[in-house]
Order: sequence, then C-alpha cells, then structure tokens
Amino acid sequence: MFHTQCLENIITTIINMTESIFHLFEYEFFRNAVFAALLASLTCGVIGSYIVAKRMVFISGGITHASFGGIGIAYYLGLNPILGAAVFSILSALGIEYVSGKTNVREDSAIGILWSLGMAVGIIFVFMTPGYAPNLMSYLFGSILTVGKIDLWLMTALSAVILVFFVRFYHSILFIAFDEEYARSHRVSVNLFKYVLISLVALTIVLNIRVVGIILVISFLTIPQSTANLFTNNLKRMMIYATIIGVIGSLSGIYISYYMNIPSGATIIFVFVIIFGIAKAIQTGMVEWGIRKQIRQ
Amino acid sequence: MPGKLPVLHIKSYRLLMTEIVEIKNASAGYNADVVLRNISLSIHDSDYIGVIGPNGGGKTTLVKLIMGLLPPMQGEVIYHNGDKRNMIGYLPQVSKTDRSFPITVNEVVLSGLMSIKGGAGYNRKDKERALEIMELMGITALRKKSIGEISGGQMQRAFLGRAIISEPRLLILDEPNTFVDNKFEHDLYELLRQLNHKMAIMIVSHDVGTITSYVKTIACVNRNLHYHPSNIITQSQLTAYNCPIQLITHGDVPHTVLGEHHHHDHKHD
Repeated sequence: MFHTQCLENIITTIINMTESIFHLFEYEFFRNAVFAALLASLTCGVIGSYIVAKRMVFISGGITHASFGGIGIAYYLGLNPILGAAVFSILSALGIEYVSGKTNVREDSAIGILWSLGMAVGIIFVFMTPGYAPNLMSYLFGSILTVGKIDLWLMTALSAVILVFFVRFYHSILFIAFDEEYARSHRVSVNLFKYVLISLVALTIVLNIRVVGIILVISFLTIPQSTANLFTNNLKRMMIYATIIGVIGSLSGIYISYYMNIPSGATIIFVFVIIFGIAKAIQTGMVEWGIRKQIRQ
Repeated sequence: MPGKLPVLHIKSYRLLMTEIVEIKNASAGYNADVVLRNISLSIHDSDYIGVIGPNGGGKTTLVKLIMGLLPPMQGEVIYHNGDKRNMIGYLPQVSKTDRSFPITVNEVVLSGLMSIKGGAGYNRKDKERALEIMELMGITALRKKSIGEISGGQMQRAFLGRAIISEPRLLILDEPNTFVDNKFEHDLYELLRQLNHKMAIMIVSHDVGTITSYVKTIACVNRNLHYHPSNIITQSQLTAYNCPIQLITHGDVPHTVLGEHHHHDHKHD
C-alpha cells in the first residue's frame, strides 16, 4: 500500500515537472533562453576545445576582460554595448596575436596589460555616463533569461560561420595548431589562419557574454572541454562531446536557476563543475578497472 | 636529336646532380644578434650532409634559414625548381612538442600531406599511404593513440613519418639521436640510406661519432660554415675549421666511415 502511494507520488511529481517545463516554453523569454543555451554550447564547444588544445585560456581571459572597455565606451556614447565589446575584443585579440608574433614583449605580460587596461577603460566610462547603468550587472554576470531576438540572430550567424570554417578547414587548423613551425616550412598561410581563428575566439566570447557574463564566460569555454578531454584525445570528438555537455549543463542550469530563483549564469557554471566532478570520478573508476583487468590477464 | 645524353656515360654521379637549395653569402640571426655570418652552402638532390658544431654555434639557425622560417639578414636563400610547399620534410626535436595536444599518431603522419592537399581533407589513397608509412616506421599498432600516450622514440618515428610521407626533396633531421634507442637507431640509418636514393638528407647532431659513419659530407657550423666534401674528418681539420668539438678518436687519426660499433648490438634481432 505504502509503496504504491510512494510510486504514485513520484510519478505525479515527474508529470508536474514535465508539465511545468512545457508550460515554461509558452513564454518567449524561456524559448529564447533555451535557444541561446544551445547556440552558446555549440560556439563554446568548438572554439573552447581549440582554446584548451592550444593552451590559450589566459589569452581568452585577456580578450574577455578587455571587451569591458568596449562596453563602457558604448554606454557612454549611447551605442549597443555588444557592438562596443565586439570591436574592443577583436582589436585586442588581433593585438595580442600581433604582439606575440612580431615583437619582443612577452605574451603573458602583454595579455596582463590588455586585461586590466580594458577593465580600467570600462570602469572610467561607465562612471562618466550620467545616471545609473541598470544592465551593467548583466554584462558582468550574464543573464540568459533576458537574451533578445538580435542576440539570437547574431549567435546563429556566428555558429554558422564557425561550423563552416571548422568543417572545411579542420585538418589545416589541427595541423597549424599542433606544429606551427612545420606548417610554415610547408608554406601554409599560418598567419591568416591565426588571425581568423583569434577573431572567431573574440566574437565567441563577446556573444556569450550575454549568456554567462564577462566573469564566467571563460568557464563555458573550458569546463565542458576539460570534461570532454577526460574521455577523448581527438580534437573533433572533444568539440562534439563538449557541445553535448554544454547543452546538458546549460539547460539544467537554466531550469534550476528559474525554480530556485538564483542567477542563471552562475548556476550553469556550477552545474558544469558538478558534471566535471562526476565525469572525473567515472574516468578514474574506468582507469582503475582497466588496470585491474590487465593485471588479471 | 641531341637527346642521346652522352653525359650518362660519365661515371661521376655528381654531374647529374641537380641543385635544390642554395644559400648565397647569407647572414642570419635573431633581433640584433647575428648568429651565422656570411655563409654559403648548396644542397644537391643526392646529398647526405651531416651538420656538426658546438652548442650555440648556429646549427638550428641554419636549419631555420633553409626551411624559410628565418629570413636572411643579408644574402639570399634560393630554392631551385620545385614546389615550395613540398620542398622540405623536417624532423623536429621531440622535446619541443606539447605532448598533451589532442592529436593521434595517424593524424600526425597524415598532416605531412596537408600543404600539398591545399587544406582539403584526406582521401582513401592518402590514408593508405599513411598506413604504409606507419608500417615502415613500425608504429601501425599505435596509430589511434594520442601523442601523449606514446614514448619519445615512438613519437620521433611518427614525426619522421610525417616528414617523408609527401616525399620532399630534402629531409632535415634535427638531433635524431636524443630519443632513439639502439634498436631503432640502426633501422633509422638504414631507412635514411634508402631514402637518400629519392631525396637529399641533412642531419644535425652533437653525436659526431655516429653521424660521420653514415653521411657523405660534413658541414661544420660555428658562427660560420665550413663545408667538408667527405665524411672522413680529422681533429686538426676541425680545429682549422674553427669547430671546437671532440672526436671520439683523439689525435690526428682520421675518423672514418664504418659504423662497426653498432653491429654487435643486434645479435638477437
């Protein structure tokens, strides 16, 4: 008797939850958020895997924070902040790439300078802008539930560009990323590839700032990828797995944040870390099991 | 028809050799530091050159100059008739590679074809060719492993596979002795001897004793370059070339060809 009732309760809860999810889809803001999460997972899954493989996490952090300068200036001039961030981040990305290739300045120092310069410019211009900047927090911490139509169109366009570029030039990208010197000696246009790729990194960062914010975007670019990296050493698979992990993590993050009424960006990242923890435990178990099996043979 | 080619009757193969790369009075270095001063060297298609010299003498700079990675500060490097994209195959020093990069042995070997494919994907013929090369290198079983999972010596074989898969006109090996074990060392030099029928080879090494047994000629590099048109070199010649390295045999005894000291290692093979 008790068991049937318990089972009934569970089933009712599940039905209620499913209904409430479908109910949520009636709201445009929620549909937009889900769509944004899918696009963010795709762009970050592909670009983030490249970043992790090439050990460019610090460069990406620099680009992310430099873009705050663009947001500040755009606020001051009354322009679209994402436009300002895009211009700033692409310029700083190309700047870092140029500096590290051509001059004697150490790359990490150059990134450090750009990182703080961007933040400083942003803070000064936001301060000089008359009135209170209400949306500023959403750029720092993201707000996937307020993503609009224009953001979605931009993210769709970027996803298309990234997919076409990576599918068409996957082998070249892999070849250059692995051994730039060898590619150069074979007269491959290494610099062109590097400038295009760093621009795509910058655009991916800027468009995902709307989703998880400046402070947290770097984790969307690294945690699902590091999780994927636990199970594969193939860059293409890493991109696919990271995208799938991104979708699972961000959708559950949105749902949890909506129900518990906590910030969405932070919740998504928190879910990513939990997934990483579980994956790491599974992977360690698999390795252990493999060793035992080999010893027994 | 003057096409009878009487030149074929001349025994000396040197007359039939064609020039691949020519360095003309070139100086090269980094920033304000001139490492190589006014050097000249011409590499022909059946050359087998050993590059020796002290650390910091400019061996790596010479390699970069030939590969086109470092523009000469003065003078010029001329590439004679051929596709520049497939002029040179290069075996880098394994220690400089990021071992955690997500790439498999198969992908490393295939990537040697990338430049001549012009960025397009690989077809079945390319993949079969990669399998043949991996068979030749003895790394077929490792083809699906990532480079982080294999040893330094195995990685070097993968790199050598990448360097020769496209059959370049010149193969450059930078310090191949670092990771190679005794067993593979013998195989490596035998393989290079065969490859030398198809392409010129340039081998950079500290290990003068080993390479002089295999190469045809020697280039001594210490800020300048002295070309020694034979593989028999004496300590006093090295001194005259301003190349302060120690031969294993001391004194004025010529250091000669045969790699006798290798053979006893292979009784059990």
